Amino acid sequence: MTDAALVTTLPPVETPFRIFVSDFVRNKIAVSALAIIVVLALLAIFAPWVTPQNPYDLTQISIFDNMLKPGEKSMDGKFFLLGSDEQGRDMLSAMIYGLRMSLFVSATATAIALLVGVSMGVTAAYFGGRVDTAIMRLVDLQLSFPAILIALILLAALGKGIDKVILALMLVQWAYYARTVRGNALVERRREYIEAAQCLALPRYIIIFKHLLPNCLPPLIVVATVQVAHAISLEATLSFLGVGVPITEPSLGLLISNGYKYILSGKYWVSVFPGLMLLLTILSINLVGDHLRDVLNPRLKA
Amino acid sequence: MATIAAAAAGLALAIPAQAQELRVGLSAEASALDPHYHNLTPNIQLATQVFERLTDQDANQAPQPMLAESWKALDDKTWEFKLRNGVKFTDGSDFTAQDVIYSFCRVPKVENSPSSFVVATRPVDTMTAPDPFTIRMTTASAYPLMPQTVFSVAIMSAKQAGAPADLKFNKDGCEGVAAWPKTDDFNKLKFAGTGPYKYTQYLPGDRVVMERNDSYWGKKPAWQKVTMRPITQSAARVAALLAGDVDFIENPPIQDLPRIKGNANLDLVQGLSNRVIYLHFNYLDDAPPGVSDSGGKNPFRDKRVREAISLSIDRDAIVSRIMGGVAVAAAEFLPNPLAGTNPGIQPQKPDVDKAKKLLAEAGYPNGFGLTIGTPNDRYINDAQVTQAAAQMMARAGFKVQVDAMTQTTFFAKRTKREFGIWLAGWSADTGEMSNSLRALAGTPDAKTGFGTTNPGGYSNKAMDELLTKALTTVDDTQRNAMLAQASRMTMDDFAVIPLHFEVTVWAFKKGLTYEAQVNQYTRADAIGRK
Amino acid sequence: MLAFILRRIGQSAFVILAMAALVFLSVFAIGNPIDILLAPDADQIEREQAIVRLGLDKPMWEQFFVFLVNMLHGDLGRSFVHGSDAVHLILGRLPATLELAIVALFLAALVGVPLGVIAGMKSDTWVGRSIMTGSIVGFSLPNFWFGIMMILLFAVELQWLPSGGRGPTGTLFGLEFSLLNPAGWPNLIMPAMTLAIYKVSLVIRLACAGTREALLQDYVRFARAKGLSRTRIIGVHVLKNILIPIVTVLGLELGSMIAFAVVTETVFAWPGMGKLLIDSIARLDRPVIVAYLMIVVAMFAMINLIVDILYSVLDPRVRITETAG
Repeated sequence: MTDAALVTTLPPVETPFRIFVSDFVRNKIAVSALAIIVVLALLAIFAPWVTPQNPYDLTQISIFDNMLKPGEKSMDGKFFLLGSDEQGRDMLSAMIYGLRMSLFVSATATAIALLVGVSMGVTAAYFGGRVDTAIMRLVDLQLSFPAILIALILLAALGKGIDKVILALMLVQWAYYARTVRGNALVERRREYIEAAQCLALPRYIIIFKHLLPNCLPPLIVVATVQVAHAISLEATLSFLGVGVPITEPSLGLLISNGYKYILSGKYWVSVFPGLMLLLTILSINLVGDHLRDVLNPRLKA
Repeated sequence: MATIAAAAAGLALAIPAQAQELRVGLSAEASALDPHYHNLTPNIQLATQVFERLTDQDANQAPQPMLAESWKALDDKTWEFKLRNGVKFTDGSDFTAQDVIYSFCRVPKVENSPSSFVVATRPVDTMTAPDPFTIRMTTASAYPLMPQTVFSVAIMSAKQAGAPADLKFNKDGCEGVAAWPKTDDFNKLKFAGTGPYKYTQYLPGDRVVMERNDSYWGKKPAWQKVTMRPITQSAARVAALLAGDVDFIENPPIQDLPRIKGNANLDLVQGLSNRVIYLHFNYLDDAPPGVSDSGGKNPFRDKRVREAISLSIDRDAIVSRIMGGVAVAAAEFLPNPLAGTNPGIQPQKPDVDKAKKLLAEAGYPNGFGLTIGTPNDRYINDAQVTQAAAQMMARAGFKVQVDAMTQTTFFAKRTKREFGIWLAGWSADTGEMSNSLRALAGTPDAKTGFGTTNPGGYSNKAMDELLTKALTTVDDTQRNAMLAQASRMTMDDFAVIPLHFEVTVWAFKKGLTYEAQVNQYTRADAIGRK
Repeated sequence: MLAFILRRIGQSAFVILAMAALVFLSVFAIGNPIDILLAPDADQIEREQAIVRLGLDKPMWEQFFVFLVNMLHGDLGRSFVHGSDAVHLILGRLPATLELAIVALFLAALVGVPLGVIAGMKSDTWVGRSIMTGSIVGFSLPNFWFGIMMILLFAVELQWLPSGGRGPTGTLFGLEFSLLNPAGWPNLIMPAMTLAIYKVSLVIRLACAGTREALLQDYVRFARAKGLSRTRIIGVHVLKNILIPIVTVLGLELGSMIAFAVVTETVFAWPGMGKLLIDSIARLDRPVIVAYLMIVVAMFAMINLIVDILYSVLDPRVRITETAG
């Protein structure tokens, strides 16, 4: 805790958000990780404008340029900085598009899961009793089985497809949010301000959304950060096992899987580079998440 | 550490000269040891080494004597097989006609068989044994391919299985047998064959161990003990060979061939296979899936469009650039000199200008959109071949997309006709033309058994008639001439567009030999020593 | 107490039943395996006969009913591909998976505990911080990619270890174990390390937190004040305090290890249960998929049941809230 924060008489410059920011920026690793995430996200968003090639467009790639080494030039003079894969796709372009796919799938799944999980969690906490028991049983059941198995079977049954991967990732995630929100809401519910609101006979939804929910946010942010990293990793694993995104629009995991065939022939670049990018993405998010936990956890601050 | 590893590798390489043990890496695992259970290549190639058949296939798939010493057609509908004398099963019992009858009886009785060998026993109407070393079979109509067909039926010991002494063959189910052998009992190594090897250990998913049958009637195989390991990842198979974990592998991936050739301790053998890779069309649907801008017509029904596709593809470029030279451009379903092929037939030469002209004549001066369905894990470099073909077609004016998928999805979709055009492969188990023509080009019909792999519904009545006639012609020369003509008719109509024949490669340690098999089988008894 | 246990067992049975329905229905949707199983040149007659032989001609509810009745007899069906009893097939692969998981657990403990204790002792130095950052890297490493990189390094470049597959095995009670045959050990190293990496990070975190907590305890302070050597303090007092939670957590993790072995076994072609599951999904061998899942569901339901009962024995409050809720 900084001295400034302790001096409560100081003017209102010290909003909770400012304290949070000043706490966060003190860890250099976390800040650089955040910077990396921003760069990666920008790359993914603007992929069509920053990549040398659109790897999904058959007219732009030639099968005769396949398996070029990093730095090699094709016969018609195109330069392949990170080499090309078995289809003749430029690895760098394929990786950025793969990152785009990985981030899109996991971020969408996490957002939906957050929505579902939070609603379920708040409902459980606010109504209590049977509703609570039913929802929490479901949560316990879900969390007692490894996510990988649930997602694997779901996708094996549903078939390949981006929408199906999102659905599977959503289904294995929501329970974490539900549990986190419920736990926090139960604590918050007994606080004075909620009791005050109840005394004022405010409608339930106002109490829930205006008062209860905002106070459950900090732990949710931490869980969501970690879960995005989890989702990216899980999606990659599922694609590696052959039940993820379709091979015409590869994610990072699928690129690694394609390269696996060639690794023993010494053609390392097809699986090493996408793997490094995947690791960098997940690691950065986890580092930020880890630090967020420290910063947002009041118990550790004390 | 590195020196130890190198020394160990050197040691491993030195051993095979004296060793009696051979370790083989296979690309697919047999689903069971029961030779009547699953009609699939990995099962058949393994079983042939333990459970012999009446006839064998030579390197070009022509029938050769095995448990039958000779055979002849007594008339159009009767075949007689003379059995080999003095052959013993590995449990010590003698081989007689009784075992042949019992084995043919059991084939339709295998419980839970996912794909049975009934196809091979169904033509047989009656089967009798005039003496213990003669088998006589009759068929409802003339059936010239009996010597090839009986290769599919593995012979097991009737005595060991507890068959009644007076077992009679009955087309609708042989009677008097209390209980047929169970597949699991084969997996527990309970049953004996007459082959050069016998099973000694079976660890599903891991290995099958065989030992030499020392009382084998034929040529003694070179190895005392053989371990067969499934290593499904092709690159991992090569790595296992390089590391000395195995002595012999099948189907090393094309990209690794230069490395194997450059290694002084390794050797390889390659041979043309009977598997053709081809493009096939959907003729049945008015609006085939994946086709766009075709003016509401099915463009594949137009022969000019099919010819344009064939003309746009540079088969030699696919062979040299995608297949690393390890393939042969194809002109029809089977390579010369297999039975029923046209001597001197040449693969189509590419001619993009002519293709554009034909396309314009057919009413598509600006081409049309189409999506080629392809598996990406079934044939050698399958998805890349499709993509190369697509890029070549694009130059002739087609707007081509490639839809690549894993084989399970692909085959299910193909059966449901969810493609307009697709790439697939076919290998003729009998090693002659009628097999391919029936399956791929015959009009689909449950009664004739034609068109089993012609989901697009290509239909050519004249070809069907000629094929039907050939299938009942017992004289080999006449039949093969008819089949060659039927094949020519199919090719001239561009019904199916053959691209290339796969070349099968086997790689092994120096000092071993292998006779390449057209049927792509890997058999330990064909692995020799220099 | 007894009522609680009975109710808990009832709940587990209900979970298993519900999962059976869910699993069967979703696996049913996986697709019709007949196209993959049949020989390519099989004709229409053979196709129809094979469909009947495998029982695929029956309507779904009837197949489900047959499945339920058989399940109550401990029979989860026959593999479409191999024709043998699915449970038997899976249990035949269990030794390979089990030994992989156990070796990985030991690795996780052997590597994780010392690193975690060091990190806990020196939490404010660069050593401690590097270890903790390293554990985040461990959490972040995509398991399958780590495996591939190990193959690239140790099998392709250095050629020290075999790239995959199971080596020679030894026999115990008729079961095959690589652990019993030193010639099979090299094959075990990389898959076990890959499976262990995530758990190493977990153990480091647990050990670090435990150590930091233990160092603040009075008995450790007292031991220090008494002038006991560092090694003795750590070896006896700290370790004793942190090992129990670590062992408990690792024991609970065995189940998830077996589930995660699916990935590791695929990378290293290790012939265990997980590889069988992936092969079965690829070949649409529905009975094996269902049987695998039912075995895993039963296993997890069992673990949860035991944990709950143990907790309720140790902490009576659990029982009370259960009854209240």
